Amino acid sequence: MSVQELEKIFLDKIDQEIKIEPKDWMPDAYRKTLVRQISQHAHSEIVGMLPEGNWIGRAPSLKRKAILLAKVQDEAGHGLYLYSATETLGTTREQTIVDLHSGKAKYSSIFNYPTLTWADIGAVGWLVDGAAILNQVMLCRTSYGPYARAMVRICKEESFHQRQGFDILVALSKGTQEQRDMCQDAINRWWWPSLMMFGPHDSESTNSEQSTKWKIKRMSNDELRQKFVDMIAEQVKVLNMTLPDPHLKWNEQTNHYDFGEINWAEFWNVVKGNGPCNKQRLDARRKAWDEGAWVREAATAYAAKRKARAEKQEEKQIA
Amino acid sequence: MTKDILYNYTMHLADNALILAQRNSEWCGHGPVLEQDIAITNISLDLIGQARSLYQYAAELINAPSPSIGGGRGEATEDSLAYLRDVRQYKNCLLVEQPNGDWAQTILRQFFFSTYQYLLYQQLQKSTDDTLAAIAEKSLKEVTYHVRWSSEWVVRLGDGTPESHGRLENALEELWMYTGELFAPATYEAEAVTAGFGVEVSALKAAWEQKVNEIFGEATLPDAAAGGREGIYMQTGGKEGVHSEQLGYILAELQYMQRAYPGAEW
Amino acid sequence: MEIRLTKYYYGDIPEDKGGGSNTIKKTSSSSPNGGGRDGAGADWPLWEVFIRSKQGIDHKHVGSLHAADAQMAIENARDVYTRRMEGVSIWVVESKFIHASNPDEAASLYEPANDKVYRHPTFYDLPDELTHM
Ligand SMILES: [Fe+2]
Ligand SMILES: [Fe+2]
Ligand SMILES: [Fe+2]
Repeated sequence: MSVQELEKIFLDKIDQEIKIEPKDWMPDAYRKTLVRQISQHAHSEIVGMLPEGNWIGRAPSLKRKAILLAKVQDEAGHGLYLYSATETLGTTREQTIVDLHSGKAKYSSIFNYPTLTWADIGAVGWLVDGAAILNQVMLCRTSYGPYARAMVRICKEESFHQRQGFDILVALSKGTQEQRDMCQDAINRWWWPSLMMFGPHDSESTNSEQSTKWKIKRMSNDELRQKFVDMIAEQVKVLNMTLPDPHLKWNEQTNHYDFGEINWAEFWNVVKGNGPCNKQRLDARRKAWDEGAWVREAATAYAAKRKARAEKQEEKQIA
Repeated sequence: MTKDILYNYTMHLADNALILAQRNSEWCGHGPVLEQDIAITNISLDLIGQARSLYQYAAELINAPSPSIGGGRGEATEDSLAYLRDVRQYKNCLLVEQPNGDWAQTILRQFFFSTYQYLLYQQLQKSTDDTLAAIAEKSLKEVTYHVRWSSEWVVRLGDGTPESHGRLENALEELWMYTGELFAPATYEAEAVTAGFGVEVSALKAAWEQKVNEIFGEATLPDAAAGGREGIYMQTGGKEGVHSEQLGYILAELQYMQRAYPGAEW
Repeated sequence: MEIRLTKYYYGDIPEDKGGGSNTIKKTSSSSPNGGGRDGAGADWPLWEVFIRSKQGIDHKHVGSLHAADAQMAIENARDVYTRRMEGVSIWVVESKFIHASNPDEAASLYEPANDKVYRHPTFYDLPDELTHM
C-alpha cells in the first residue's frame, strides 16, 4: 500500500472514532506528538508526587496520612500506566526517563511550585487534581487506544483525589482563625498556577491544520479553562473563601464567569525552568534514579543467575 | 492493673507499626523503580492501618470508666496517642526507628521486623484478649506478604551483584545489633504473658533465626549467628522508652502539626 | 470541527517551546503493543498483566509493567493493579513472548466471519411455543 492509501485508512479511522492501535500504521508526526505528550504526562504524574509527598511525614492525623500516602501512590501508578503507553509507541521507559533528567522532556509547570503549609495539600487536591481531571476526562476519548485506556483507568482512580483535597479545605474552613487563614492563603497561591495548567490562549496555539484532525485532544484550552473557572467559582463559596481575582464576576450574557488575565510572563518563566522548585524537583528525580541503579542491576543479575541455574537443572534431569 | 498492662502492651505494638510506616513512607516518590516505590508504599499503608486499629483500641481502654492511666488530657484518640506523646513514652523497638539508609538497609530492616511480626501475630491470634486476637488475625495476612516481599529482596540483593551483596553486608552490620531487643521482653510484655493475653517473645527467637538463616543461605550470606556476629552486643531500651537519637527527629516531623496548632481539628 | 492539538497540559510543551520529543526506536517487536522492548538498556523486561476480577470470570488484560523476573512481575502486578480489590488471580507473561495478528490482515482474518450469521442463535426464527431452548 502507498503512504497515501495508508494515510487515508488512518484518517478514516479517526473520523469514525475507531481507536488507533500500536501496530496500526500511523503518520510519523502523529507518533512523535503522542510520545511527546504521553511521556510528558507521565513525567508530570511522577514529578507531581514530590510536592505532595513533601507532607506525608507531617500529615496532621493518621487518617490524613493514610489518605495522602494512598493518593501520592496512585500518582505513581498513573505514571506507570502512561510510561507503558509510551512504550507501545517504540520508546523504552528508560529512554523516556533519561529525556526527563536531561531536561529535554518537560512536565507540568504546576509542580514547580512549593507546598508550604498543610492547606496546600488541600488546595493541590482541589485545584490541581481538579484541573487535571477536566483534561483527563477529555483524554479518555483520545484517538490513540493505549493512551485512552490508560486515561480511563486513571480517571477512575482520580475521582477520590479532588474530593480528599476539598475535604481537607472544608475541615480548615470550619477550624480556628489560623486554619482559615492558612486555607485562604493556599487558595491564593494555587489559583493562578492552576489556571495556567490549561495552557496558553487558543489564539496562541501553534497547532497545524494537519494535527487538529487527529483528535488527540478534543477541547480547546480556553474552553476547558472556562469550565474550570465556572466550577471552582461556585465551589469556593462552600468554603466561605474567595478566589484572588478582582475581575471574577458572573456574566449574565455569556452565562459564564468573567475572570482576569493570567500572568503569562510567569507561565513562560516557569516553563523555561525558572520556577521556585524546578531545580529541586529534577534533582530529586535524578537522585532517586541514580541511587536506584545498583538495585535495578542487582535484580537483573539475580534473575539471570536464577534462570541459568534452572536451565542447568533441566539439563541434568534430561541427562 | 491488668488494664495498664494491656494498654502498654497495645501501645508497644502500635508504636512499632507506626514508626516503621513513617520510615517506609519516606521512600514514596523516591524509590529505585516505580513498581517498587508503589510496593513499599503499600507496606507503609498496611502498617498505618495496623497502628490505627491498635491506637483506637488503646484509646478505648484509656477512655473507659475509672482510668488509672494517662488522663488529664480529656478523651484519648488514635491521634492524641500518636501525636502527643514524647520520645520517652514511645515504646517501639530500636530496629524500626533506624534510618532508611539505602535500599539494602530498608529491605533488611523490613525483613527482620516482618519475620518477627509474623511469628508474633501468629501467636497473638490466639490471645485471650479478643480485640488483640482479631487485629493480629487481620494483620497476619498483610505481614505474610511483607515477609515474602522482603525475603525475596534480601535474596536478590545478596545473590545479585558484588555491589548489592556488599551493601547488604553493610546493612547487616548496621542492623544486627537491634535484633536482640525483639526477643528480650519488656516489663509489660512479661506481665502480659503472666496475665494471659501476651506472647512470650523469647520463645519466637528460634523460629526467627531459622527463617533468617534459610533466607541468608539463599542470599549467599553467612548464617545469622555465625560470622562473628554471635558475640555482638545487642542494643536494647526502645521498648522501655530509652531510644536512639533517631526517634526525636521522627517525632518532630510526625507531630509537627499537632504541636504547632494545639487542639485544632484536621 | 475545530480541534486544538496544542495543549500545555501536564507538561505537554511543544518542541518549539523546549519540550523535546523522545527518541523513537522503530523495532519489529512481536509484542501486541508493538513497542521497542528488545535491547531496552537497563530497563527490566516488560510484562503484560492479566487479572481475573472475580471467580469464574476470564482473565483480562489490564496493562503492563517492568519486573526482573516472573515472581517479581506477579508481586508488582498485585501492588500496581489490585490496589482497589480489582482481582483474585493474576497472570503475567513477558511481552516479548506474545505474538499478535497483523492489523493489515484484518480483512482476511475477520471479515469472512461476517457472513456466517447462521453461527448465531438469533439467526433461527423458531415457533413461539417452543420454550427452554
Ligand atoms: Fe496528578
Ligand atoms: Fe494522576
Ligand atoms: Fe491525582
